[in-house]
Amino acid sequence: MVLAEDLAKQQRSISVAEFFEKNKHLLGFDSPTRGIITTVKEAVDNALDACEEAEVLPDIFVGVKKVDAEVYRITVEDNGPGIVPENVPLVFGKLLYGSRFHQIRQSRGQQGIGISAAVLYAQLTTGTPALVISRTGAKARAHRFELMIRTETNDPEIVSHEEVDWDRTHGTRIEIQFKSNLAAKKRLLDYLRLTAIVNPHARLTADIDGEVTTFERVTSEVPPCPKPVLPHPHGIEFGALKRIAAANTGTVEEFLIGSFSRVGKKTADEMIALAKLDPARKTATLDAEELKRLLDAMQSVRVPAPLAQQCLSPIGEDLICKGLEKEIQLDFVSARTRPSSVFGGHSFVIEAAIGYGGKIPPEGSAQLFRFANRVPLLYQQGACAITNCVSQVNWKGYGLSQQGLPMGPALIMVHVASTNVPFTSESKDAVASIPEIEREIVLVLQELGRELKSYLSRRDKKKQQDDRARAICSVIPEIALKVSEIVELPLVDTSPIEGRIMRKVVAKKRTIDGKVHIDVNNYTAKEVPLVLYNLSRDKAEDAEPRPDFVDEFDGEYNKVWRCVLAPGAAWRIVYTGTGDGSLDLRGVEDNVKVVVDLDV
Amino acid sequence: MDALAKERLIHIARGWYDQMRDGVVPFIRLPTRTKQNIAYDDTSEVWKYGEKESTRAATNEKGAVHLLKMAYVVWFLKKQLVENRSSTLRELYYISEGWKKAKFAAQDESNLLIEDLEIITEVQREAFHLRPEEDGASIFGPLRIRETTRRGVKEMHCQDDVGEAGYPIPNNVDNLEFVDHDAKFVVAIETGGMYARLMENGFDEDYGAILVHLKGQPARSTRRVLRRLNESLNLPVVVFTDGDPWSYRIYASVAYGSIKSAHMSELLATPQAQFIGVQPSDIADYNLPSDHLTEQDINALKAELTDPRFATDYWRTQINLQLDMKLKSEQQAFASRGLDFVTKEYLPTRLSEMGVI
Repeated sequence: MVLAEDLAKQQRSISVAEFFEKNKHLLGFDSPTRGIITTVKEAVDNALDACEEAEVLPDIFVGVKKVDAEVYRITVEDNGPGIVPENVPLVFGKLLYGSRFHQIRQSRGQQGIGISAAVLYAQLTTGTPALVISRTGAKARAHRFELMIRTETNDPEIVSHEEVDWDRTHGTRIEIQFKSNLAAKKRLLDYLRLTAIVNPHARLTADIDGEVTTFERVTSEVPPCPKPVLPHPHGIEFGALKRIAAANTGTVEEFLIGSFSRVGKKTADEMIALAKLDPARKTATLDAEELKRLLDAMQSVRVPAPLAQQCLSPIGEDLICKGLEKEIQLDFVSARTRPSSVFGGHSFVIEAAIGYGGKIPPEGSAQLFRFANRVPLLYQQGACAITNCVSQVNWKGYGLSQQGLPMGPALIMVHVASTNVPFTSESKDAVASIPEIEREIVLVLQELGRELKSYLSRRDKKKQQDDRARAICSVIPEIALKVSEIVELPLVDTSPIEGRIMRKVVAKKRTIDGKVHIDVNNYTAKEVPLVLYNLSRDKAEDAEPRPDFVDEFDGEYNKVWRCVLAPGAAWRIVYTGTGDGSLDLRGVEDNVKVVVDLDV
Repeated sequence: MDALAKERLIHIARGWYDQMRDGVVPFIRLPTRTKQNIAYDDTSEVWKYGEKESTRAATNEKGAVHLLKMAYVVWFLKKQLVENRSSTLRELYYISEGWKKAKFAAQDESNLLIEDLEIITEVQREAFHLRPEEDGASIFGPLRIRETTRRGVKEMHCQDDVGEAGYPIPNNVDNLEFVDHDAKFVVAIETGGMYARLMENGFDEDYGAILVHLKGQPARSTRRVLRRLNESLNLPVVVFTDGDPWSYRIYASVAYGSIKSAHMSELLATPQAQFIGVQPSDIADYNLPSDHLTEQDINALKAELTDPRFATDYWRTQINLQLDMKLKSEQQAFASRGLDFVTKEYLPTRLSEMGVI
């Protein structure tokens, strides 16, 4: 008894803020290095969400500046709609305060923890308050706050508040100082680059300790802001049902039709009958037992899938490709947006892209970019359902080698957009394994894999053709030269071989005894109008025929000839010169064009 | 000989010239030079290339460059013959430095190409005035030879007129004649240590043996001398090597010819040559000091089981025995039973078993 009483004296409620103070890792503040990334991520997510809601093109500045040996100041400033002064302390100074938690739609932030957790982290490591400036429009002045969080009560503490002038007409700026280091600088830039890829309408500028990087937008169209929808009967749990039922003033039938999406009179009546309830009962009077029956009935009756169009905002195939190509040079890229689908009453859409070649490192595993609701996932790749799906696909069938992940110069991007992305933990690093989602990811990767394969086989065919062209047009003439010398006969003409094998327009440059010879042969069956460009240090004043146009630039002469070649016709240009420089043929389609420089 | 070599070389070029004149992409055919494509020739009793042919054509860049290299080499060899010069294989490789696209990446590549030319022209590389870098091995025993050198004809006896190292076999054995001999058989020995042991113990005098030091994998000139000792002097040849898979290949190249030079097996191989030891069964019978087989040794032994040159009951039994024992011994391991054991006991016993003495 005495012990229980003693214990009772120690038992008291714990505020959320206190809880997170002790469990920083749950929110992505496990280390000072990661703290920077999490802070920037939370602030940028909020900025993008706000801009989207206000339908403005995001222009976001991210600054990381060293202010002391170990202290860094993180600044994130946006041109969003701003926050009304009464709410600023709550948004930044109270955990679990937000506008989107109760809404069913795709958004980056959800719970209203992230940015206030950063404020709390700053307070814990340096004791400095967060500085927030926000302005809601041209007519209002900006408000400047210094904020802290009272951890015992999870309430904001306003250190100072004043109205100030600010050059932005609307937007929000937050400055937070905490102990950290720049060990994760590369990862931070990666995060911003990835964010730019999936938010092609945003311009991001980063100033990391004086080093400025800008990620330019590729589209000026603001994506439509996803609209909140009513909960789907298949996606509701008992607690939520009980809460909204208690607040309802109508009958059970009215409740079902009015509070849930895709429920009409017919469906509602079916549910009520199955739950053995009276349709005219006031919803608020249902007891727990009856609510449980109603919930079971709601789950078992067939209901059409939730409407995804309005509550989800996929990026779109075209913009994914543009976003990727802007940041990474690629030889091939293709993207797919799958039709929307449902798990447990939540809508989701899977988008994916595959890029190949270009500047992607050719060695090692393919790069994997994971996104959830337009937010890059940077940590716990191995624990993520996306990674698991990528490994499940048989990439060898699509022309990539594979050791778990596919190997080689490839990148794979997967975006999960949902009204409720199932994460494995609150730090939102990895998507949980949900069969419906995994199925869609595998399907989209297989579709893209087929496209990659067809690209690779086209490329190989082209390579083979180029290889053959080099053999025929460049090496065989040399064999001819040597062989004719051995047998002591006149130089054997190799153009019949070229013509028979190539069936193309062939331009060749060869310099013999100070004379540059350019030969063009049309081995195709069609008449070909062409323009020949020869850029070199040779003036070619004695050229025969004369060039149609000569342009001098920096000691180099660009000589241009025009000509129409009949099928089977040959054409030769000769001039005195060294034969350096380059040769190009235009007006001829690439697949019938062969240009060979025998002087290199 | 020079005229024939030159004619054959020009013939290759003429073929390409005609192909190109007729609008055909130049190509050349060659027997496939792999283990799968060597076959036993009953008439000559040696292993030669089989029916399989591969075509080298200038239809892609790699093939075209290969033919270009061949054209350059043909051109160079023809010039060398016309000017009556000669060069080594290594020199040829360095000369190709100036051939731009036709430059060889490594000496192996130029060596292989020369072997290709030997196969196509059916003339040996010596006829192109090309010398190998490798020097021939040496001979010691009751044999009188006559060699035509650049500085005149020399005659000498391979016991009386030579030093402890014996008579060194020249590169071009066409210049070598056997005058007379007093020998009963020939022992070809893998290692210098055993060659010196037999010499020191007077094995050549006691048994009328011509000792030939192979120096590892024998050079072509060494193999030609062995064949001629066997063929023209009618002397039995026995091969004495270490007891490991690599040494069996030395025996195989003496007796059956090598895969690389199967086109000249008739000149190089001595089909009557017999393997005297060290046999895997000797390791057990004489309780020789031994080493464990390595992974590579085991793989080499397994490869030999699929090699047509080792497809006899004798070799299958010995190789499988060795795979069971997982042991190998060197020839000099006989020293564990005293320095005279090999000449007084082992070799006489084996030679009489084999019917040589």
